[in-house]
Amino acid sequence: MRKCLLFVLLISAALFAIAQVTEVRIGAGWEMTGPIAGFGQMSWDGVKLAMKLRPTVKIQGKEVPVVVILLDNKGDKAEAANVARRLIDVEKVSVILGPCTSSCAMAAGAIAEQKQVAMVTNTATNPLVTQNRRFIFRACFVDTLQGQLLAKFAWENLKARNVAIMVDVAQDYVVGLANYFKREFAKYGGKFFEAYYNTGDQDFSAQLTYVLSRNPDLIFMPGYYAEIALMCKQARELGFKGNFLAGDGADAPEVVQIGGKFVEGLCYTTYFHQDADLSPKTKPFVEAYMKEYNRRPDAFGALAFDAYNLVLDAIERAQSTDPVAIRDALAATKGFEGVAGTISFPPDSGDPIKPAVIIQIRNGKPELLTVVKP
Amino acid sequence: MADFFQHLVNAFSLGGVYALIAIGYTMVYGILRLINFAHGEIFTYSIYFAFYGVSLFLLPWWVAFILSIFLTAFLGSLIERIAYRPLRDAPRISALITAIGVSFFLQNFATVVFGGRAKSFNPQTGMYPTYFLNVLNIGGVRLKILSVITLVTVTVSLLILIWIVYKTKTGMAMRAISKDIPTTRLMGVNVDKIIMITFMLGSSLAAVGGLLWAMTYPQVYPFTGVIPGLKAFTAAVVGGIGSIQGAMLGGFILGVCEIMIVAFFPSIAGYRDAIAYAILLFVLLVRPKGILGVEVTEKV
Repeated sequence: MRKCLLFVLLISAALFAIAQVTEVRIGAGWEMTGPIAGFGQMSWDGVKLAMKLRPTVKIQGKEVPVVVILLDNKGDKAEAANVARRLIDVEKVSVILGPCTSSCAMAAGAIAEQKQVAMVTNTATNPLVTQNRRFIFRACFVDTLQGQLLAKFAWENLKARNVAIMVDVAQDYVVGLANYFKREFAKYGGKFFEAYYNTGDQDFSAQLTYVLSRNPDLIFMPGYYAEIALMCKQARELGFKGNFLAGDGADAPEVVQIGGKFVEGLCYTTYFHQDADLSPKTKPFVEAYMKEYNRRPDAFGALAFDAYNLVLDAIERAQSTDPVAIRDALAATKGFEGVAGTISFPPDSGDPIKPAVIIQIRNGKPELLTVVKP
Repeated sequence: MADFFQHLVNAFSLGGVYALIAIGYTMVYGILRLINFAHGEIFTYSIYFAFYGVSLFLLPWWVAFILSIFLTAFLGSLIERIAYRPLRDAPRISALITAIGVSFFLQNFATVVFGGRAKSFNPQTGMYPTYFLNVLNIGGVRLKILSVITLVTVTVSLLILIWIVYKTKTGMAMRAISKDIPTTRLMGVNVDKIIMITFMLGSSLAAVGGLLWAMTYPQVYPFTGVIPGLKAFTAAVVGGIGSIQGAMLGGFILGVCEIMIVAFFPSIAGYRDAIAYAILLFVLLVRPKGILGVEVTEKV
């Protein structure tokens, strides 16, 4: 009899749990340590602010608290896949935010796709991240577009004709962006050649000596900030006088901190700048961010902020914490107004069409140069 | 031609630092037959010590640097005391596993305490004088002041070390321990003290290397020492592990190989780490004791 009662109690408890959504669990896997820790930490700062401003989500007429579980993928592909697996299997999350970089996002995305849990990356720009995937979305533009904009900028604004491209062979993002740049730059009639390195390298003197022997007027560095800062420094020390150009991988305060006066004049594309007029929500976000952290917001934080709100918006439309329902709501996103521009997902695609911002380092500060709309 | 000399200059400033770190490996191995895998982390910590000395305690740069060398030496002896001494009579594999454990511990401790983001080690924030960054232009070859400082420091450190090992009583004791610990102990030598001094010497060389490295590549994060540590280990093995001159030679060989491979085969530059390890494999296959190594006969 007692056993029976216990059983009934258990069953009713289980039923109660199903009927009532007590919390929404969101997973976050970012590069919190390792050579690109800056990206993950900036993203996480953006999410923390977003959580503070919007800690609950309305499901079935009730305000349900949102819980974000953060795990560190160390900027490592294998670790990123482990993180995704752990978030889904152990932490039982309904949707995942992150990672920032394309290699990690591809590895984590493969797991999320297989387990049918939607993943929204804030800044992974390689086209392969979302290609042939139903559950993977991004809040940023795609590298095909970024490559076009960079090539145009190099040819028209920087008047570059002979470009050296520094390619990190270990990063899908870098190899991809270099290729999209080359494709476009060749159309203008520009000349280019490549030199290669590996993530985590600190000494580029040999590559740069080789590069400088071919007299480029521009060094294009589609890699990440730590290497970019060191490459700029070493190129100047070897006597390079031309321009530097980079993609969104350059967008971290470390570029100036490490590169110092050597990165002066470096131009790069990114997704957000506090002075860029991207959406009516930009200004309130910049103010809230300044109040919270006492520094100017960065692109990674802004896009993570957008990714968080994008996910909450989808959960509210789905009125459920079921991963597949959330995925369907995400895919149906139309005209979501983020702080870094509007996000609409085209049919069967997780890639929003968004403007890019071009930034130049002037007097040790990233200054807004121009906003390029596709 | 200028390009070639430029590559040579690059190679020697890189190889010099490898040589300094490699000597730390080789000294500990020579005496204890232990590969101290935490050596790369000791290197990392020396940079952090100097970084915080200048930025947090606002010490003049040279005070912070000297202090960092002493603190690093202390850290090395601490590791020896806590992690290796209790295992002195244990099988060698236990000590090796402990070394790897210490290495992981130090990496993760640094991540927790200092944070995962890279800190900039920059003259603009007063870390060291800006004239270190000046560049001399000698007939088209650009020679960084820092490269000159690196080479001078490496040479001086080596001369001091060789003097200690071959001309002092402590050095004699070190050499004796490397041959036979029990007999040395019977001769009235305080073996524990000598081993501790060895660790301190090796660690302070790693610190000198670390500071030169951080000035050349001005950043520090918890994993800064991993790659230089592995390269230095490779250099030590290539040169003949256990031999100080061998470690030095190995460091320079590795520096020259890395730079020249990138210089003459730019298309495979992305794989130069793999090439460094391929050299290691080749040496192990052809001459396992390394270039200047001496055959070690194991007592059975």
